Amino acid sequence: MSGDGQGMSHWFDDEAGPVVRPYAMTRGRTTSAAQHRLDLIAVVVTEPHADDAGAAQTLSPEHEDIVGLCRDAPQSVAELAAELDLPIGVVRVLIGDLVADEMVHVTRPVPPAELPDESILRDVISGLRAL
Amino acid sequence: MIFGRSERGKAPVEPVTLKILVAGGFGVGKTTMVGAVSEIKPLRTEEVLTEAGRPVDDTSGVEGKHTTTVAMDFGRITLREDLVLYLFGTPGQDRFWFLWDELSTGALGAVVLADTRRLEDCFAAVDYFERRSIPFVVGVNCFEGAARYPTEDVRQALDLDPEVPVVLCDARDRESVKEVLIGVVQHAMAYAAERRQTVTT
Repeated sequence: MSGDGQGMSHWFDDEAGPVVRPYAMTRGRTTSAAQHRLDLIAVVVTEPHADDAGAAQTLSPEHEDIVGLCRDAPQSVAELAAELDLPIGVVRVLIGDLVADEMVHVTRPVPPAELPDESILRDVISGLRAL
Repeated sequence: MIFGRSERGKAPVEPVTLKILVAGGFGVGKTTMVGAVSEIKPLRTEEVLTEAGRPVDDTSGVEGKHTTTVAMDFGRITLREDLVLYLFGTPGQDRFWFLWDELSTGALGAVVLADTRRLEDCFAAVDYFERRSIPFVVGVNCFEGAARYPTEDVRQALDLDPEVPVVLCDARDRESVKEVLIGVVQHAMAYAAERRQTVTT
């Protein structure tokens, strides 16, 4: 922001890096209990009852951000990480917490071993053509 | 009237998500390619490494650079409300292969972008996808000022299997990139069909 020549060797604002170290948000955890590893394109969906008062008592601001972002439109793990500007690893742990609290659920993408249905692939091709 | 109310509580559509990787050497146009078709500005997820890169990265000329960013650029194409395709640009540096594993799991297929002036830069990517049996298409990015070579020459130089498609493309051009992506999906379909055959016979 304030990079107009003065104090080139100093860092300001975003330049200085996060005020809170990323893994402090997870209280030092790098994995969550509910760990099936979340794929980058796994889609996070906020549960309809997540708005209920009381449920949000124990959530950190970052948790709430995730619940909020996924309420209107489900979001992939990668999108959440980019949106919140957090490392993927941190976002995974936070999502794991929310899954355990039943605030969100995660749809798993097609497992790697089996390619998606041929009809889906045809839809992809026609979808790309129509772009 | 009751319907009207229950409509409100309707759960949002949960889309099927698919991903295609865009790999290739440093500066070959991966991010450009993702940006050409993505409906969002390519997003970027990052992990910042400070010490890890020190002995490896040659930072001469960019001495002010103290951190190395492992970034994955990605874009999104919503094909239908319930069908979303993500494009991931792989990190350029070879030593971040652990991220490639993460990215390639569950990928539909991949594009290996090649620059004919530095063809060797994409050897690693070709190797990687061959070894993991991930269907891929080689896209030769036609840079201005670079000599054009017939695709057959590129195929030979890369020692590709005959069924791997090689296409000329322009990473900046939306139509061209669309064609490449369609090529990847078609190749993935053919690849899957072939595999099913070999399993059943």
